[in-house]
Amino acid sequence: MELAWPDPKDTTVLGKRILRLDGPDKTTGRAKYTYDTNRPRMLWAKYATCPHGHARVKSVDVDAAQKMAGVVAIEVLAPAGSDLNVAFSEVAIVAAESEEVAREAVRRIQVEYEVLPHNVVDDDPQLAGASAKPGKANVTGDPDAAFKEAAAVSETEVGCSIITHCCMESHGSAVEVAADGKSLTAWCSTQAISGKNGRFANEAEIGDASNAVAICQHMGGGFGSKFDIDAWGAWAAKLSARTKRPVKVMLERDMEIALAGSRPSAFARMRVGCKEDGTVTAWESEAWGSGGNGGGLGVNQLPYVFGNVPNKRTRTTPITTNTGEQRAWRAPSHPQMALLTMAAMSDCAAELGMDELDFFKKNLGYTQRAKVYEEELNLAADLIDWKKKWVPRGDQADVVRHGLGLSIHTWGGGGHDSNVQCTIHPDGAVEIACGTQDLGVGTRTALAIVAAETLGLPLEKIKVSIGDSRLPPSGGSGGSTTIGGISSASRDACVQAANALFEKVAPELGGDPKKLVAKGGKVYAADNEAKAIPWDVACRSVGAQPLVTNGKTQRSLMQQGVGGAQAAEVEVDVETGIVRVLKLVAVQDCGRIIDLLTAESQVRGALIMGVCSALYEERIMDPVTGTLLNPDMEFYKLAGIADVGELVVKMMETPEHLGRGVVGLGEPPVISPMAAISNAVANAIGARVARCPMTPDRVLAAVGKKKGA
Amino acid sequence: MSNRQEPAPSGFTRRSFLQGMGAGALAAGAGVLAPPVLNAANGAPQDAAKPALCGPDPVPVTLELNGKKVTLPLEPRVTLLDALRNHLDLTGAKKVCDRATCGACTVLMDGKAVYSCTVLAIEAQGRKIETVEGLAESNQGIATMQRCFVENDAQQCGFCTPGFVMACESFRRSHPKAARNEVLEGLGGNLCRCGTYHGVTQAVLDAIRGGK
Amino acid sequence: MNRFEFARPSSVADAVALLSEKHDETSVLAGGTDLLSLMKDFVVEPKRLVSLMAIGELRQLETKGDGLAIGATTTLDELLAAGTANGYSAKWPAVWQAAAGIRSPQLRTMGTVAGELLQRPRCWYFRRGHGLLADRDGESMAVKGDNRYHAILGNAGPAKFVHASSLAPALIACGATAEVAGPKGKRSVAVKELFRIPKAGERETTLAANEVVMSVTLPKPTPKSATYEVRPRQGLDWPLVTASVALELDGKTIKSATIVLGHVAPIPWVCDDAAKLLVGKTLDEKLAHAVGAAAVAGATPLSKNAYKVELAQVAVRRALAAATAT
Repeated sequence: MELAWPDPKDTTVLGKRILRLDGPDKTTGRAKYTYDTNRPRMLWAKYATCPHGHARVKSVDVDAAQKMAGVVAIEVLAPAGSDLNVAFSEVAIVAAESEEVAREAVRRIQVEYEVLPHNVVDDDPQLAGASAKPGKANVTGDPDAAFKEAAAVSETEVGCSIITHCCMESHGSAVEVAADGKSLTAWCSTQAISGKNGRFANEAEIGDASNAVAICQHMGGGFGSKFDIDAWGAWAAKLSARTKRPVKVMLERDMEIALAGSRPSAFARMRVGCKEDGTVTAWESEAWGSGGNGGGLGVNQLPYVFGNVPNKRTRTTPITTNTGEQRAWRAPSHPQMALLTMAAMSDCAAELGMDELDFFKKNLGYTQRAKVYEEELNLAADLIDWKKKWVPRGDQADVVRHGLGLSIHTWGGGGHDSNVQCTIHPDGAVEIACGTQDLGVGTRTALAIVAAETLGLPLEKIKVSIGDSRLPPSGGSGGSTTIGGISSASRDACVQAANALFEKVAPELGGDPKKLVAKGGKVYAADNEAKAIPWDVACRSVGAQPLVTNGKTQRSLMQQGVGGAQAAEVEVDVETGIVRVLKLVAVQDCGRIIDLLTAESQVRGALIMGVCSALYEERIMDPVTGTLLNPDMEFYKLAGIADVGELVVKMMETPEHLGRGVVGLGEPPVISPMAAISNAVANAIGARVARCPMTPDRVLAAVGKKKGA
Repeated sequence: MSNRQEPAPSGFTRRSFLQGMGAGALAAGAGVLAPPVLNAANGAPQDAAKPALCGPDPVPVTLELNGKKVTLPLEPRVTLLDALRNHLDLTGAKKVCDRATCGACTVLMDGKAVYSCTVLAIEAQGRKIETVEGLAESNQGIATMQRCFVENDAQQCGFCTPGFVMACESFRRSHPKAARNEVLEGLGGNLCRCGTYHGVTQAVLDAIRGGK
Repeated sequence: MNRFEFARPSSVADAVALLSEKHDETSVLAGGTDLLSLMKDFVVEPKRLVSLMAIGELRQLETKGDGLAIGATTTLDELLAAGTANGYSAKWPAVWQAAAGIRSPQLRTMGTVAGELLQRPRCWYFRRGHGLLADRDGESMAVKGDNRYHAILGNAGPAKFVHASSLAPALIACGATAEVAGPKGKRSVAVKELFRIPKAGERETTLAANEVVMSVTLPKPTPKSATYEVRPRQGLDWPLVTASVALELDGKTIKSATIVLGHVAPIPWVCDDAAKLLVGKTLDEKLAHAVGAAAVAGATPLSKNAYKVELAQVAVRRALAAATAT
């Protein structure tokens, strides 16, 4: 059997719509997450946190808490003299017999602070003062001359707020150090379980990685924020070692939203110049925003996708704020860059009086994959009925106005280093083992699909084990690299296993193992299906011990780089400023598709996340105290079921796309929704809403500006 | 089939857990008000038959849980969600916002969806409580609504899923003929981060028709 | 949550007797969705909770002549169901539309009518433990801070939060009264009078700490009434503003009118001057605009909430249009 992916026309399960294997566990509540860990004698740990954006600790008094019945251990994490740069920074941690006692004990810890000056302004470099660090201008070509010669020049101001990952399962771990203090088990909600055992062992000081096991069977969302065990994982380990009892540390929702990761804001003033025919000739952008306490911004590749515009001047100004640090948030920087770029392009089209679709297509020569974008934009336009529904900006007078908008995007993907072990037992049982983790994207299912397809077995026959540090190591799930890594390694392991099995049964089947195939639960020579041996019978030939093969990530089965086009249809009530998404279309390529169903689900999910950042979610900081004002799910708003409109997903399944190998899908579809929705709103009301989320106040401001203009 | 995937943690039973919680877990001192003094305008002083004050120490709480009665000692401050998750190891209902907003903790009380994070366990006495586990158990391991979730891939990370399933089940029971727009209107109390709403909507519509 | 004593009395008298004269020393527990959330954040730390949910007489709807008495612990779900079953929602559309605006089935199952009326403000400074008035060194934190959801009316004093009830404006528009029980017996009070703009040391309600709302009575059908909410999300979300209007019509001529705004002031905001403009007139677009403008004539928006002035006018116009639509 060849390593190469089988022809898409010949597959049974690969690339089909396959239900995820852990669906029944998840819908019945049987799936156990880290948060669900209950161990005998387990302690709950909770944090006391700082209510100021910037403060120095003057004193910490834990006496009252210490005296409470049920309190087992208290550690002061920020003793007198500590500087805390972000609200919700950890000051002390309490381990107690129950969750209620732990929370109440936290309440009784008395902390005195010297409040220090803070900056939480991320949307105005001047107001941010010294916290803003203007970068150097990057110039390509001669932008000034190009602007002078341009037939139309548009000006755009747009941006988006800091958002957070807001994982449904908050960050955290449960750690159980054995009574003899020599080994531990850790349950950790993580995007990277391989190797976490060593991290926990080190924190608990119980020896080395060989003494520890880390488990993550199911995890409730990560989106880029859960790679490390973090300080809270470390404290679960330390407190367990100290108390000789299991300790669970799961962040409260407020800490989760304040500290456990965020996506930087990005704002820009941009000018775009173009020729009469819509060809863009000049780009200028002045961008700023904040990645929080650590600074960093990351929107320094403008214009996005249309990178080869010949004349450009760009500059970015990162602003450091006393807010929680950024972490990778699905497709880091790309959604922001897409918003800035697609908005500026859309405004230039409007300035010129050209259809946005035509304008985008006119400039695809500036992209890395013009043909793919052309194909995808045409499909997206068809699916949203662009030709029939699109009207130029400013042509509507009704209270409720309709609009259409577009965006295109790109992402790398590829595959991380992964190891997969395939075991064929003498009785025909098949086990696939991989130290990966399933973030909810269907990793477990994808492993089974590849194995079932390769070995010609029904899915039910494949037992998959993941989420355990004892399994063959696999990379962290980030950057859309999991599917490439695990699917190619699974293919490798299973092809090796099939070939080893073929060697053993060849004598019974004509003698030439190279001619054998495994299909439909049987093994046979390709030219003599009549003389097939059932799988279980064939497996007897492996002997007394199981046949074990180890597969690795295979570059030949993967590629990097995808496109993607999206279209949005909205209606805007120009009196209330309320935007409703009517329909979103995503056309997405991702190379070879392993499971069409979970791929489509992931794209739909990305569209919904895009609606959240386009219309609802943002971190709201308090200028007075520097704390986070909405560390909850009431005012940190996510879209609900009735807010997302109709979602249409079209995966590219042409032979050219499928023939590329596996690329990855986690990031690409989440890049464009905010930009497409922003453009659709601009199309509807004839003005650019200056900031996402496009809340009623901001929409009304844009409508008012237009009226005043 | 996926049950087989769990690496076996050391044996954990409900009984050992309850023992583990122990008395120390549940006893803690706090300021307590003096007994109530009845205002003269209200007539006679309180007699012994009147509902007594209980707590703050643990009191026996009897829950009618998935068709079975279970009695356990709980402080009055323990929420239904924490009673289920932390005391009974019924971890299907999830803790996410813990402030009556997101719906991940949804269970049914007398057939109606509630946020169990803001119901006191002691107040849930005498009500029929149904959890996502109970829904499965009473339907040979998986109920129609749960199966429809699976068939429509209405779960990704799955952390909002049990709460969503229960909200949908409650909706289905009270809206046996609901159309799509009613489904969207009737599920305004649950949030999902991965973005499974499309599948959830279709799952409810399918379940209303009795399955796919 | 702190530890507390718990009681579940079966009579109002017992409930009252169990309550302290001091706010927050004891608390009344009804649906619990708001109170328990506040307790989890230690915003309030009552030492005793008194549940009203075992008191049968508080949980019923009872017709009183043309009117309707709604028991205090009637759940929103029960209220909505009765509205459909018994035609109440056509007699008092403003009230039932307001109830329907609470878009979480879970909140409707547990949430009660009186609980909705008496829920505490959602002001994020209050909820983060800075006190009802969020006063800091004599200044309101809301004024200096982020006030996008705060008051645009009635905010001259130290209170800048908005009253959180959506039912209250509708009930007030329909002329509802509340029956209240306390240590000195029962009293009846206009729903409007349950609320006040607090000064330092005061609560946003006029109720004593040991008083209990027993029921709310809608005196007579108000079929020409409506509530309009500006609510960003379709599901559970706080309205940015609501307007409840109740009209008496003679043909197309308006004989009397009440307009009450929600989520714009520390109390449900009754717009008498705006309502007067309607009397003796027939509603048209020009008049609706004038009435909307009059409703917010005295608005004093804070740094970030001027948009609510605009939204309030829209809500008034749309509520008027809905109330007069046949």
